Parts: sequence; C-alpha cells; structure tokens
Amino acid sequence: MAKPASSNTRAVTANRLRDGAVVFRTVTGGWSSRIADAETASSETDAARLLAQAERDAATAVVVGPYLIDVAEIGGELRPTSLRERIRAYGPTTPMAGVEAVPYL
Amino acid sequence: MYQYDHFDQEFVDQRVTQFRDQVRRRLTGELSEDEFKPLRLTNGLYLQLHAYMLRVAIPYGTLSAVQMRMLAHIARRYDRGYGHFTTRQNIQFNWIRLEDAPDALADLASVQMHALQTSGNVIRNTTADQWAGVALDEIEDPRIWCEIIRQWSSLHPEFSFLPRKFKIAVTGSPNDRAAVRVHDIGLRMHKNAAGEIGFEVIVGGGLGRTPLIGKTIAPFLPKQHLLSYLEAIMRVYNQAGRRDNIYKARIKILVHEIGVEEMRRRVELEWEGLRDGRLQLDASVVADIEQRFARPVYEKLPADSAEVALLRFKDKAFGRWMRANVVPHLQPGYAIVNISLKPEGEPPGDASAAQMDAIADLADAHSLGEIRVTHAQNLVLPHVKITDLPAIFARLQHIGLAADNIGQVGDIIACPGLDFCALANARSIPVAQRISRHFADAKLGAEIGDLQIKISGCINACGHHHVGHIGILGVDKHGEEFYQITLGGSAENAASIGTIVGPAVAYEDVVGAVDNIVRTYLDTRNADERFLDTVRRVGISPFKERLYAAA
Repeated sequence: MAKPASSNTRAVTANRLRDGAVVFRTVTGGWSSRIADAETASSETDAARLLAQAERDAATAVVVGPYLIDVAEIGGELRPTSLRERIRAYGPTTPMAGVEAVPYL
Repeated sequence: MYQYDHFDQEFVDQRVTQFRDQVRRRLTGELSEDEFKPLRLTNGLYLQLHAYMLRVAIPYGTLSAVQMRMLAHIARRYDRGYGHFTTRQNIQFNWIRLEDAPDALADLASVQMHALQTSGNVIRNTTADQWAGVALDEIEDPRIWCEIIRQWSSLHPEFSFLPRKFKIAVTGSPNDRAAVRVHDIGLRMHKNAAGEIGFEVIVGGGLGRTPLIGKTIAPFLPKQHLLSYLEAIMRVYNQAGRRDNIYKARIKILVHEIGVEEMRRRVELEWEGLRDGRLQLDASVVADIEQRFARPVYEKLPADSAEVALLRFKDKAFGRWMRANVVPHLQPGYAIVNISLKPEGEPPGDASAAQMDAIADLADAHSLGEIRVTHAQNLVLPHVKITDLPAIFARLQHIGLAADNIGQVGDIIACPGLDFCALANARSIPVAQRISRHFADAKLGAEIGDLQIKISGCINACGHHHVGHIGILGVDKHGEEFYQITLGGSAENAASIGTIVGPAVAYEDVVGAVDNIVRTYLDTRNADERFLDTVRRVGISPFKERLYAAA
C-alpha cells in the first residue's frame, strides 16, 4: 500500500488507563475510541497545546502515554497516516477465525 | 506434574493480594505510570497497542487439563475468547483490562498458575523439551531441574535487577528440542565416560539484534553443583554485564567481548566460594521435588495395535496425521500426539476458549490429564494410548485442530507482530497466514518435508527468525513493511544463524519469494535431502540467483 503524503495535521492518541483501549483526545476535552471524534491541530503551536492538555489527563490517571500522530482526511474520513496507527485505530488486520469480534467501546 | 506445596501457594496468593492493591492505587492516581510500570511488568502485565497484555507462565511448558480449562476461562471472561501460545512455552492474552487483571491473576493462582518471571530483567520462565519425560531418546527428565531452577530463581534478591532479561533452557535428550544453544544459558544433560549424568553448560547464546550461538563453558557439570554453578555465572554477569546500552546488556555480549575462556575463568573463580556451600543439591532435596511431579501411571499394553496400523492405510487423512504429528513414546503401547496450532491460513499459536476446553477434555480422557506447550507454538498430548489415536484424530478434526503439518512448511512460528505488539515494525501473523494458505492450496507440505519458517516483526526476534530454515524479519522502510529473508538457520544440535539472501522484499512479495526459494530447493535437492541440508550443501547462491533473477 502506498504511503499517504506526509501531513501536517496531527491528533493526540493514548491508551485509556483502566482498560488500555486506544483513545483519541476530542474537541470537548474528553477521550473517544473513534478517531472521527479527534481534535486535530495543523500548526506546531496547536499540536503542542493539544499534547499538553492530554498530558494533564495522563497525570490524573485517565490515560497512559499520550503522543501526537499524523492524520489525514482520506475519502472524507480522518485516518492515521502510518500503518501502526491505523492498526491501533481499527484493530488487528487478522482477527482470530471463529471468534466473534468485540466492537470497540 | 509438579504440585505446589504450601509455600508455593502462599507465595503466589500473596503476590495477587499485593498486585490488587497496586492496581487500586494506580486507578485512583496514587501511583504514577512510572511508579506502576515496573510493578505491573513484574506481574506479567504489558501495555501493548490495543490493550493490556497478560503473559501467563507455563513453567517448562507443562500444564494440567484443569489449568488449560482455566486458561479457557480467562480467555472468555477477561479477554476476547482466545489466547496466543508463545515461543517461550507461555500464553498471552491480548485484550486484558487493567481493572480485571487482579481477578484474572487470582483465578490463575487457584490452579497453581501465575505470571511471575514473564517480564523484566530477571531470570525468566525456564523452558524445556516439550516431550520431557516421554521421549524415546531421553536420558533424564529435564523438568525436575527446571523446577529446581524456578524455585532458586523466583524473586532471587540478588538477581532481581539484572542488566537485562535472562533465559535458561534445559534438554534431557541428545536431540535438542529446547534450542539450548540460543539461550543465555543452555543446559544439555548427558552421560560422561563413567556413566554419570550431568550438564553441559552453554552460555551466551541468543537471538535479537546480535544473534550468537552459545559456547560451552563447562562440558560436564555434576548435577549436585547445578545451582552453585548457575549462581556463579549470574554473579559474573550481574557485575560485568553492560548496563549502559540496552542492546549490549545481554550475557551474550559479555561472553563475546571477553571470550569464553575469560568467562570460564571468572565463573570458576566465583564458583570456588560457592560450590560446596548451601547451594549444593542434596539427593534428598532432588528426590522430594521429583516426588512432587507425581509420575504418570501407565497400563501394561501391547506395543502395537493391528487395528490402528490398518486404519493408517485405509484412512489416508488419518495416515498423514499419524506420520506428521504422532511420535513414539518410551512406554510400550503409548504415543506422543502433537497438536498443530497452525491450521491452514490461521494465526500461528492461537487457540479459542472452546478449543482449549476441548483439548483439556481430550487430555482428561486420553492423556492422563496432562498437556504440553512447545516453543514452536503447538500443543502436545504426552501420554496417549495407541488404541485411542483414531478417537483423538476425529475429535481434533471436529475442533479444527487436525492439521497434519508438524515440522512442515505450514508449521510456521510467528510473533504477534505489528497487529498487537508495541515494539513491532511490521506484521508477522498475516505473512504466516498467507504462506500457510499458499502451500496448503498447492498441497506441497508433505513433499517438501522438514521445513521451519520463522517470522519476527522486529529485530528482537521473538519469532526466532535467525534460526529458521527460512527466516523472515519484518522491517520498516520509510513507513512501508519490508521483509528480510535468511536461509540456513537452525536451533537444533548443529545450531546455526541464517544468512541474509539479499535485499528485503515488500509485504505483497513475501509469499512469492518463499515459493521461489522452495522451488529452488525442490529442483536442487538430492533424494530425501532436507531443505536445511540442501542449503548447507549448495550455499545461498542458487537461491539468491533465482530469487532476484526477475528483478
């Protein structure tokens, strides 16, 4: 698969402390398991501000290890540009056969 | 199977209680992640891409039907209905919630299981030959010694902060099935000229970023000195092993840098003060531990079954499975059944809760309640009556685990890779699935014969790619998955590190490349020559030329 063009748009992701689920920092200052809800930043200043807010949530035991990821709007949807982050956002590419997939919380 | 005594049980129960309180304090924010991380890792709990991952220890790969049912219960109740058996004879659950982890560990403790020594810079869970105690070629059951090592190394105060993790493997057979030459310490039991049994001690093997074959530091160590000698090695490593660079911190780097002669000199010097001390193993102590293994009681049976022999010819599928998956047992009338966790096109090493329950039932009905886990990510029913084989095969077909591919092209080792692991650079499981599917469709497995393909999603080499006959290493090239292919590796007696065949290939091209390599082998081999032997005879050039000819 071709690598999407490098993007300056960023979002903040982390793992939720209590269950480890992949979450994204939202526009309302919460955390969502859907990347569509993520707040994006297109300047360095905005990205730094977004990360600083997220780090406060790490300090108060809401999430673990927040960091910035590159995102891009592809086909009208916000998507991470790297394969690693797409796997985090949408799950493993190889679910175990015969096991019912559990929808993300 | 080893049965816990009062001390073992209390120790494991206490750890659950401690961890429950640690988790509570983390969830309320009393503990920061930096404070909590070493505590959770000490209890086998990692944070991976999608969730917490719990790695449960299966000491020397032996477990009871009761324990297997508990693993099924953990999969159902706390995970998504499956588990992943690993190359270290452990099991990993990929979807654990932190808030559930203490309950999961309490459930495990109720059946004498835990997640200790599955993480951190400590002596990890000791691994062994999966056919220990039942193999025809065995000199002595290595698990007694693994258990002694477990008891000595668990929470050893001096070795709780080693420079890096430390892995020990033990084989009691002349044919190494425990990969002892690629462990930090490998122990190979053998007889000396006087007929006494002792250990060849091999040190400084390992895979990862710097793959090295271990070197013999003691050709014959009498059994009573095992722990004092191990302690001497650990002391030398603990003091001289590098702590400045995580990639140079394993004992293999120390042994490589100072040489095995100097390593031996230092170890022997340290050992002088230890050898006749409190670590000397009394025969009575060893006998006590051996007794806790409660040896299986076999029936006196005829060596063969005419009925089963006939069925092998009448039922081709049963015959193929017998040939590939069933091996002789030291007890007449019994067999060792290897269950492949590599059904065509499925993720290697995965088992669903229903499959785990079914295997536990099979073990109760046909294998004296015992199961083994192999470092090749398969399972074993170690004590099966030959006359029960047709019933077992039928049941395995029913649960989708009758693949007749042990040791063949479909029996691929793969780490979890980028689909699950936070360290990975590229995916492993889908590569394994594609290769498996390709050769299953071509119905080539039996014709190709012995062929070990091992896949790792990063240089840490959990998939043992360096010692695969065909090794595949996933790398990240500017955001794209590429795979470096090596040929001629082996973890067995004549252990060797594979040679890189040429430039890495793209994800889409891996199956074609492996097919190309296999075709070269089929065209080049002498009669009955194994893949590995062909590579060793002709070198990599013929493979390389044909693989890159089109490019």
